[in-house]
Amino acid sequence: MHLSSRSAAFLCATAVAAMAQTVHPIGNIFKPRATPADSVYNISLLMLAVCAAIFVVVAGLLTFAIIRFRRRNADHGREPAQVYGSTRIEIAWTVLPILIVVVLSMATARTVIEVQNKRLPADTLKVTVIGHQWWWEYRYPEFGIVTANELHVPVSTVAKPRVTALRLESADVAHSFWIPQLAGKTDLIPGITNTMWIDPRQDGIFLGNCAEYCGTQHANMLLRVVVESPADFDKWVSAQKQPAMTYPGLERGRATLLSLSCVNCHTVTGTSAAGTFGPDLTHLMSRTTLGSGMIPNTPENLRAWMKDPQQIKKGNLMPNMQLNARELDEVVNYLSSLK
Amino acid sequence: MSPSSTLPRTLQGDTVANGEEAEQITAWALPDRGKVAVLCLFMTEFSLFSIFVVAYIFYIGKSLTGPTPAETLELPIWATICLLSSSVTVAIAERALKSNRIQRFTIWTGATILLGLEFLRQTALEWRHLINDFHLTITTNLFGTTFYSLVGLHASHVVIGLSMLMIALVLGFRGSMRGQSRRFELLSWYWHFVDAVWVAVFTVVYVIGR
Amino acid sequence: MATTTYNPQTIAPTSPASPASSGVTSKLHEWVVTVDHKRLGILYIGSALFFFAVAGVLAALMRAQLAYPNLHFLEPDVFNRLFTMHGTSMVFLVGMPFFAGLANYLTPLMIGARDMAFPRLNAFGFWIFLFGGILLYFSYIAGPGLAGHGSAPDVGWFAYAPLTEKAFSRGTSTDYWILSIILTGIGTTASAINTIATIISMRCKGMTLARMPLFVWIMLVTSSMVLFILPPLTAGQIMLLLDRFLGAHFFDTQAGGSAILWQHFFWLFGHPEVYVLMLPGFACASEIIPVFSRKPIFGRAAMIGATIGIGMVSSGVWAHHMFTVGMSPASNIYFAVASMAVGIPTGVKIFNWLGTMFGGKIRFDTPMLFCIAFLFQFLIAGLTGIMLAVAPFDWQVTDSYFVVAHFHYVLLGGLLFTLFGALYYWFPKATGKMLSERLGKWHFWLLVIGFHLTFDTLHFPGMLGMPRRIYTYAPGRGWEIYNLIASVGVIFQAAATLCLVWNIISSLRKGKPAGKDPWDGWTLEWSTSSPPPEYNFAVEPVVRSSRPLWDLKHPEDPDWRYE
Repeated sequence: MHLSSRSAAFLCATAVAAMAQTVHPIGNIFKPRATPADSVYNISLLMLAVCAAIFVVVAGLLTFAIIRFRRRNADHGREPAQVYGSTRIEIAWTVLPILIVVVLSMATARTVIEVQNKRLPADTLKVTVIGHQWWWEYRYPEFGIVTANELHVPVSTVAKPRVTALRLESADVAHSFWIPQLAGKTDLIPGITNTMWIDPRQDGIFLGNCAEYCGTQHANMLLRVVVESPADFDKWVSAQKQPAMTYPGLERGRATLLSLSCVNCHTVTGTSAAGTFGPDLTHLMSRTTLGSGMIPNTPENLRAWMKDPQQIKKGNLMPNMQLNARELDEVVNYLSSLK
Repeated sequence: MSPSSTLPRTLQGDTVANGEEAEQITAWALPDRGKVAVLCLFMTEFSLFSIFVVAYIFYIGKSLTGPTPAETLELPIWATICLLSSSVTVAIAERALKSNRIQRFTIWTGATILLGLEFLRQTALEWRHLINDFHLTITTNLFGTTFYSLVGLHASHVVIGLSMLMIALVLGFRGSMRGQSRRFELLSWYWHFVDAVWVAVFTVVYVIGR
Repeated sequence: MATTTYNPQTIAPTSPASPASSGVTSKLHEWVVTVDHKRLGILYIGSALFFFAVAGVLAALMRAQLAYPNLHFLEPDVFNRLFTMHGTSMVFLVGMPFFAGLANYLTPLMIGARDMAFPRLNAFGFWIFLFGGILLYFSYIAGPGLAGHGSAPDVGWFAYAPLTEKAFSRGTSTDYWILSIILTGIGTTASAINTIATIISMRCKGMTLARMPLFVWIMLVTSSMVLFILPPLTAGQIMLLLDRFLGAHFFDTQAGGSAILWQHFFWLFGHPEVYVLMLPGFACASEIIPVFSRKPIFGRAAMIGATIGIGMVSSGVWAHHMFTVGMSPASNIYFAVASMAVGIPTGVKIFNWLGTMFGGKIRFDTPMLFCIAFLFQFLIAGLTGIMLAVAPFDWQVTDSYFVVAHFHYVLLGGLLFTLFGALYYWFPKATGKMLSERLGKWHFWLLVIGFHLTFDTLHFPGMLGMPRRIYTYAPGRGWEIYNLIASVGVIFQAAATLCLVWNIISSLRKGKPAGKDPWDGWTLEWSTSSPPPEYNFAVEPVVRSSRPLWDLKHPEDPDWRYE
């Protein structure tokens, strides 16, 4: 297996940065960890069983036919009996598939209604997800939080079930939210609001991808859903609610940032930077990755990104800001303080 | 009547033994290919216009801004009368051609063309009015987008029909249309189709949509 | 309705002698000005094979990029252009011309006619298709585009809005996509109208609709489908052009336009389109399997009914491509059930082919090998299709490599295998030379190995979360081994294609002479010489059953006694 050094570092850094949190990088649809994914898993088993049975029967007959009815030399070119058909057989092998379709249809209808018409409990956590080319914006209206690229949700246990409802919107083109172990995918379409819900029962970081082609860096519009205990989730919320601190010694960095055109695209609450085109940076250092899941959030990577984001995520909508060495140092230092 | 001499032979000389079959084969008559082709054309054009009609209906009331159909559109009665009458005139022309009355044919074809041109003129006047007085263009809002594209698609088909009718007229003057009644019949079918589409467009845009 | 009657006396038994044509230029000129359905059929199929090779190279490049995680062999925008061009080419420049080529070459021969109903329209259809194809590839060099690598479209073959609006697709690449598809669509429509008119109006005496070969029936249904399903695409393209050039707002979500409307229009075309692509494959299988099983097709009437059923039902299932866009449960359930329902006539067809083989004396020449593989593979493709019809399962695997594997199973494992079978079956008729059986078997087995290595494997990353249309992926997601195996499969497929090309070239030069009827077939094309004369038949045939040559070869047991 060919691992570039950057990606090896990525895996290590993710594991380290996640600390107590396990990463779930493999989105196996047959290992569901939330109720919507369970519903899909259950009907998938029925469907696979039915299709496997059909395959075994038909492929078996086909194999039998090519062995049993081979032309043999002893035939001397005689033609076999010219059978034109059989109405009874036609009816039989039309009715049987119809019955199979009826069964599968009923199961499908039940699952669709189960997932789409779920009555959400009163304490459902509401999050608005806004898709951008090529990053994810998350808003928690109940808490007044705006963040990017990492979706934090509380875990749902038998003792304390907790559902998170996602409102899906898009700021530009069509995207799709897909964490296989939690739920089927739902699209983010501009001009429409879609909804979905999850109740993850295992904590950790679930990885996913944007699943609707949305342009150049569709491949790197990665999803990270951080499922944590209610206590940890509350701690995260409180931290996110705080405006940005300015530590002693970093005032110059802050001033530099605010003087550059960064403020046209980015927000840092507590400062005058209130741009909404790019990700909210107020708590940039609370995230484990940069570039929407592309590279670990380390000082070197942050510096590399600020130096020229196009080198890391070519075609992304943040241009090379042409910072000189001094500006680069100051801005990186300031951003590194935004915990 | 001995079968082997009067009945057609199959591929390598077997005669058709069955009397009913023989009748079927001697009376072998299939539909005219030109008519089949033009009917196929209508099916595909019907499908094309349906999509633009669906888009129009889908977007009724969904414009975010700008003038609405109720504010801007008036029933195009005169234009409709012209277009529908032109179906009558083209039918008369077709019948004239079939009975080789070329002069009658050219007169009624000419009348069809004039009525068609008047329809286009009315469309042009309407559009000028919409653009200049209401500032409604294809880019103004969803109504503008769907209106101009649907009505324009129909008008483009009228233009194509008129071009073919003008060719027929010129050929009529030069005497080349004698014996071409089958072809002109197909052209008249196209013209009737364009009129039928107008009835649908009229209903959707000027009656329902307003 | 006025009708024309056919009188054998009016059909000239000989064609005017063609002038001595020696030089390359006069030969080329003949091919350019031809309106002969056989030559146009060969031109269509030759073009399809050419674009197949080109699009195959595009795919090979993509598989090279995806063989390992985080490779930088291809830049993201280059990769995005590749999958757009690969998909667009395979559907519009390979699948459709194969359909048109087979329909044009074989229909007049199978119904005992001299040519298509409208030979000049036929030529027009071919040349406008070819122009459209060249226009699409011209985009690569047509201008600097955004990143300086040429302006080939990069919006995916189904080009969802609003990614295709001017705001998100600057430059002219999307316009090349739109225009070339409009042009090829005009060609396809012309071909469809021609085919229908030919089948309805030009059958030889005695060939009632009930006695037409299944191939002709299926071409009739397919062409009829084309008439209805191509306009939604054309309409959408026109609307997109109006948006991009005249500032219209059909799909402009900022002005209240609907991105979903594009999806509905596109898939109204797109779903029946895959049946339009696949049915000609069924047509070929329905001719080859009986001949090589030495029995008539089992259940002719059921096959015709199933084909018509597929044609009609397939137009009502389009939104199974849209299960994730937020439709109501009622809509999702309807489209799920309808999509499963369309599997029923399709299944009936598989069973009937199976029934044809049962009790037969099967010959395993290359055309039959390809058809047998088709049966296995299309069975699997159909079953994964049923799985995808189960909307909740689709919610998981749509837009993932599972779907990629499914549709390649249908189009490569299903359609292409039958088309290759058809090539081996009818090449002798068209050229007078047999293709080499030895090379044919090499072609077949290499393709089987390569196809299964690639596409069996690709089902799994889809079920492990790998979305489609990504130019790279990180390690540790569980996808690496499958991608590597899939990429290795390409090598076998490329080798198979080379075998085919070499087979065609060497057989044209020194293939075994075929004679009129090398396979002991039963339909009219085998009653004339190989290649047929320009006028096809010296005397207009008269038929009494659906297998006129069987009747001639077996006068003691003719079909017309049982039909």
